[in-house]
Amino acid sequence: MKSKSIKEKVMHIVFLAAAMVCIMAVVLICVFLLANGVPAMGKIGVFNFLLGKTWRPGQDIYGILPMILGSIYVTAGAIIIGVPIGIMTAVFMARYCPKKIYAPLKGAIDLLAGIPSVVYGFFGLVIIVPFVRDTFGGSGNSILTACVLLGFMILPTIIGVCESSLRAVPEEYYQNALALGATHERSIFKVVLPTAKSGVLTGVVLGIGRAIGETMAVIMIAGNQARMPKGLLKGVRTLTANIVMEMGYAADLHREALIATGVVLFVFILLINLCLAAIKKGVEQ
Amino acid sequence: MKNPINQSTFKRRMREYQKRPASFVMFILVMLCACVTVLSFVFLVGYLLYKGIPNISWDLFALNYNSENVSLLPSLINTVTITFLALSVSGPTGIFAAIYLVEYAKKGNKLVKLMDLTSETLSGIPSIVYGLFGMLFFVVALDWGFSVLAGACTLAIMVLPLIMRTTQEALRSVPAEFREGAFGLGADKVRVIFKIVLPPAVPGILSGVILAVGRIVGETASLIYTAGTVAEIPESLFSSGRTLAVHMYALFNEGLYIEKAYATGVVLLVIVCAMNLLSNYVAKKLTR
Amino acid sequence: MIKFELKDLEVFYGDFQALKGIDMKIPANEITAFIGPSGCGKTTFLKCLNRMNDLVEGCRVYGQVTLDGEDIYNDYDVNLLRKRVGMVFQKPLPFKMSIYDNIAFGPRTHGIRSKSALDEIVEQSLTQATLWDEVKDRLNMDALSFSGGQQQRICIARALAVRPEVLLMDEPTSALDPISTGKIEEVVMELKKKYSIVIVTHNMQQAVRISDKTAFFLLGEVIEFGDTEKLFSVPKDKRTEEYITGRFG
Ligand SMILES: Nc1ncnc2c1ncn2[C@@H]1O[C@H](COP(=O)(O)OP(=O)(O)OP(=O)(O)O)[C@@H](O)[C@H]1O
Ligand SMILES: [Mg+2]
Repeated sequence: MKSKSIKEKVMHIVFLAAAMVCIMAVVLICVFLLANGVPAMGKIGVFNFLLGKTWRPGQDIYGILPMILGSIYVTAGAIIIGVPIGIMTAVFMARYCPKKIYAPLKGAIDLLAGIPSVVYGFFGLVIIVPFVRDTFGGSGNSILTACVLLGFMILPTIIGVCESSLRAVPEEYYQNALALGATHERSIFKVVLPTAKSGVLTGVVLGIGRAIGETMAVIMIAGNQARMPKGLLKGVRTLTANIVMEMGYAADLHREALIATGVVLFVFILLINLCLAAIKKGVEQ
Repeated sequence: MKNPINQSTFKRRMREYQKRPASFVMFILVMLCACVTVLSFVFLVGYLLYKGIPNISWDLFALNYNSENVSLLPSLINTVTITFLALSVSGPTGIFAAIYLVEYAKKGNKLVKLMDLTSETLSGIPSIVYGLFGMLFFVVALDWGFSVLAGACTLAIMVLPLIMRTTQEALRSVPAEFREGAFGLGADKVRVIFKIVLPPAVPGILSGVILAVGRIVGETASLIYTAGTVAEIPESLFSSGRTLAVHMYALFNEGLYIEKAYATGVVLLVIVCAMNLLSNYVAKKLTR
Repeated sequence: MIKFELKDLEVFYGDFQALKGIDMKIPANEITAFIGPSGCGKTTFLKCLNRMNDLVEGCRVYGQVTLDGEDIYNDYDVNLLRKRVGMVFQKPLPFKMSIYDNIAFGPRTHGIRSKSALDEIVEQSLTQATLWDEVKDRLNMDALSFSGGQQQRICIARALAVRPEVLLMDEPTSALDPISTGKIEEVVMELKKKYSIVIVTHNMQQAVRISDKTAFFLLGEVIEFGDTEKLFSVPKDKRTEEYITGRFG
C-alpha cells in the first residue's frame, strides 16, 4: 500500500515537472531575448532603433524601420492575396465540394501546410521571380513576389481554420435562409459566413502570424536590401530576413541589434496572440 | 422505374442563376478561387517532381559529401538524428505535461491558464526567434557550439506546444466513464492513466508526434545558427551538421547546384508527404 | 379553393420509403393540421411542399405537386417557390444579426432595397407576429438576446416579410412554454385570413383549437383527412380513434 502511494507521488511530480518545463521554456526565451536585446536598444536609443530609417552596421547605425515596414508591407500583401482566395476555397470545401474529390483535396491542402518553407522559397525563385521580372520589369526579387508567395503559403492555414468554423455553423442557419427563398450563395455569404465570423477572423490572424514569421522563403525571393521599401517592384528586407542575413558575421553591438530585431518580432507575435485572445473572448460573450 | 421529380439538373440551376446575377458571380468566384488553390498546388508539386526526379541519382546518396557528388545522404542522416533527439526530449515532456493538465490540474486552476497562455505563445513564435534563443542559450550560454545537440534542443522546444496540444485533445476525447469505471474498481491514478486513459489516446498523440516530425524535417531558419551548416556526418552530438532543409538552402545560397536543389526538394517533399499520410492514417484509427 | 394538390406522392430516403403514395388537396386560407406519431413522415411531407427535400442527399420524390395548378417540381424556380411558400421551423433560429436585419433579410433577398419600403415591411411583419410593441424600441438589438417565444415570433415575422402565400409550420410551439404557445396560436389564427397555413403538431388540443382541417399520418400514409371537428369527434378509422384517444401503441 505504501509503495503504491510513493509511486503515485513520484509520477505526480514527474508530470508536474514536465508542465513546469514548458513554462520554463517560455520564461527562458523571454529572459534570454530581452537580456541580450534590450540593452542594445538602450545603447542605440529606442527611438533611433525603431524609427531610424538607416541600417548601416559598418557605421554603427541601426535603424530597423525599413525592416518593420518591410514586414508589414509583405504581410499586408500576403493577406490581400491569401485571405479572399483562402476564404473562398474554404467555402468551396465546406459547401460545394463533391464528396468524391473532398478527401484528395483535403489531403492536398494538408500537404501544402507541411511543405517546408525552403521548398516554397525555391519554387518562388524559379517560377514567381522570373515571372514578375518578365511581366513587370525590375529584378523580380521584390515586394510583389514576396506577397504572392506568402499569400500562397498562408492559404492552408486560412483554409483549414475557416473550413472548420464554417462546418461548425449549425446546418439550420443555412436551411432557414434557403427557406426564405435565398439562393445557395446568398445563404452562405450572408448568413453562414457571418455566423462563422470569429473563426474566419482567427484564421486570418493566424495567417498574419505565419506571414510575419516566415523567414527562409522570403529571404530567397525578396531581394533583402536594407533600405526603405520604395515600391512594389523593388526589393525589401523583412525583420526575419535581417536576422538571418547578418547573424553569421555580426559581433558586439551589431549582433545585439539583431537580437533586438528578434525582440521586436516577438512583440509583434505577442500582439497577434492578444488579438486572438480578444477574438476568443468575443465569442464567449 | 420512373424518374424522381426532384432531380435538379445543371440546366435548371443555370436558369435560376440567370435571374440572380449576384449569386452567379459569387458562384463563379468560389469556383475560381478553388481552382487557383488546386492548380497552384498541382503546379508546385508537379514542377518540382518534373525538374527534380531526373536529377536524382545514386551520387546523391554517397556516404561522403564533396563538391562533386553534392551528396545529400549526410544531411539526411543528420535530419534523422536531429528528429530523433528532438522528439526524445519534447515527446515525453509534452505528453507528460498534457497528462498533468488534463488528469491532475483542476478546472480553472491558475496553472492551467498559465499553461494555455504558454503553449499559445510558444506556438505563435516564428522559428527564427527559436533559432535566436537556441543560439544564445545552447550555443553560447551552455557553450555547446554549433552542434547537432543544440539544433535538436531548439527544435524540441519548437514542437513542444504542438505535441502538448494534440495530446491534450486526445486525452480529453477519452470518455470520462472509462476513468470512473476504473476508479470504481479501486485502481490507483497512475495505473488508470497508463492502462486505461492512454491506450485509446495513442493514435491521437501519435498523429501529433508525426506532425511534429514533419515540422522538424522542414525547419531551416532556426537550425542555421544552432546546428550550423556543415555538410558532413557529425562525429559527435557536439559537432555541427546540416539537415536536409538546410542543405537545400545552402545549395541555393551557393548558387552552383540548382539541379541538386531540385532533387533535394523532391526528397523533402516525399518525406513530408509520407509524414502527412501517416499522420492521417494513424488519426483515422482513433475514430474507429 | 385548393392551394396545393398532391397526387400519388412518394418519398424515399435511400431504400427507405417515408411516404407511400399520398393524394391530398390542401385548402387555401385555412389552417390544416398534421398529426401522427413520431417518424410517420409529417416533416417529410411538409418539406415536399417547399422542396427542402432537395437538400437531402439520397432523397427521391415521385408523383406530382401543384401549387395553384402549377407543377412546382417541373421547371419551377425553387427560390421563387420558397418565397411563395414560407416555412417556420421547430427550433427558433434567428440569424446572428439585429431583429431589423433578420426581418429585412427576406425582402432584401427578393430585391427590395429602399429603406422606407423595408421599414414598412419590418413594422408590418412584426405587427402581424404581435411582436411590434414589444420590440419596436429595440430593433437594432441582436435577435439572439430575446426569449425563446419571442425568437419564434421573430422567425414567423421573418417568414411573413417575404409576403408568402402559404406558411408551413413544423411543430412551431414544441420548444416553447404555454404562454408563448398561446401567443403563437393567436398569431396563427390571425394569419389565416390572409395565408394558407399547414401546421404540424404533436399537441392534439392545439390541433382542435386552431385548425380547420386535420390529417392523421401513420407510417408514411394518410389514414384520415377531413374537417377537424369531425375527425376528432367521429373518426372514421379505428387507428385514428386509437391515436386521438391516446390508446396508441
Ligand atoms: N434525411 C433522412 N435520411 C434518412 N431517413 C430520414 C431522413 N429524414 C427522415 N427520415 C426518415 O423518414 C421517416 C419520416 O421522418 P419525418 O421526419 O418526416 O417524421 P415526422 O413525422 O416529422 O416525425 P417527428 O414527429 O418526430 O418530427 C422517419 O422514419 C425518418 O427516420
Ligand atoms: Mg418532424
